[in-house]
Amino acid sequence: MAKSLLIVSRSAPWSGLAAREALDIALAGGAYDLPLGMLFMDDGVFQLVEGQRPEALKQKNLGANLQALPLFGVDALFACSASLAERGLDPAMLAVPATLTAPEALPAVFNQFDEVITL
Amino acid sequence: MKFAIAVFSPPQAPATRRALRFTEAALAAGHEISRVFFYGEGVHNASANIVVPQDEFDTAAAWRLLITDNGLDGVVCIAAALRRGTLNAEEAARWDRPAATVLPPLELSGLGQLHEAAQSADRLVCFGGD
Repeated sequence: MAKSLLIVSRSAPWSGLAAREALDIALAGGAYDLPLGMLFMDDGVFQLVEGQRPEALKQKNLGANLQALPLFGVDALFACSASLAERGLDPAMLAVPATLTAPEALPAVFNQFDEVITL
Repeated sequence: MKFAIAVFSPPQAPATRRALRFTEAALAAGHEISRVFFYGEGVHNASANIVVPQDEFDTAAAWRLLITDNGLDGVVCIAAALRRGTLNAEEAARWDRPAATVLPPLELSGLGQLHEAAQSADRLVCFGGD
């Protein structure tokens, strides 16, 4: 049986390539039908917010790719609720349906997966 | 035990030195390293064009030596490498660029190689951040 993998994405979409490259790991794994999950925490939660205009910074929008994750078989999506609160983000602002997870529940999320990659 | 190693940080980062030391120690202890995968800023470790002052440690050269001497499978993510200008001869020719800095035995390949390594090893150990 295939090993499951959790990709932890901790960077804002506008702060370099990390967000893009974390997402690419998920999309690549989805193409191989691997059991994958993504956890957005710290500045990574900014990726989930609706109504961004990255074109103004001549950046590509990650939103379409993020919303396509379930189509790639990546449907275990988690967002750290404390990371959202620390940044003044309300769950209603999220464009991507992710399970809100409190910090004390994160160890249980990590335990659901065989391997973890953090970017 | 069979380890797959993923390196996400550049040669100057402490995390990269830890990755190098971990890989050396695992080999010395008789473990198998099934692949070393360079991704993100970690692709700079694959550059043969880095020049460090003589009295400083050359991390990229140390990776090349470790991979060559132990016959390890050293793979650089092609998408991450192209973005950062670390090309091998084939990609430099394909994209009409003036220099190839990734030399054999290191090779450029896709992210599938990271997943394959994670699936086939007992443990995937990642090194990133600081």
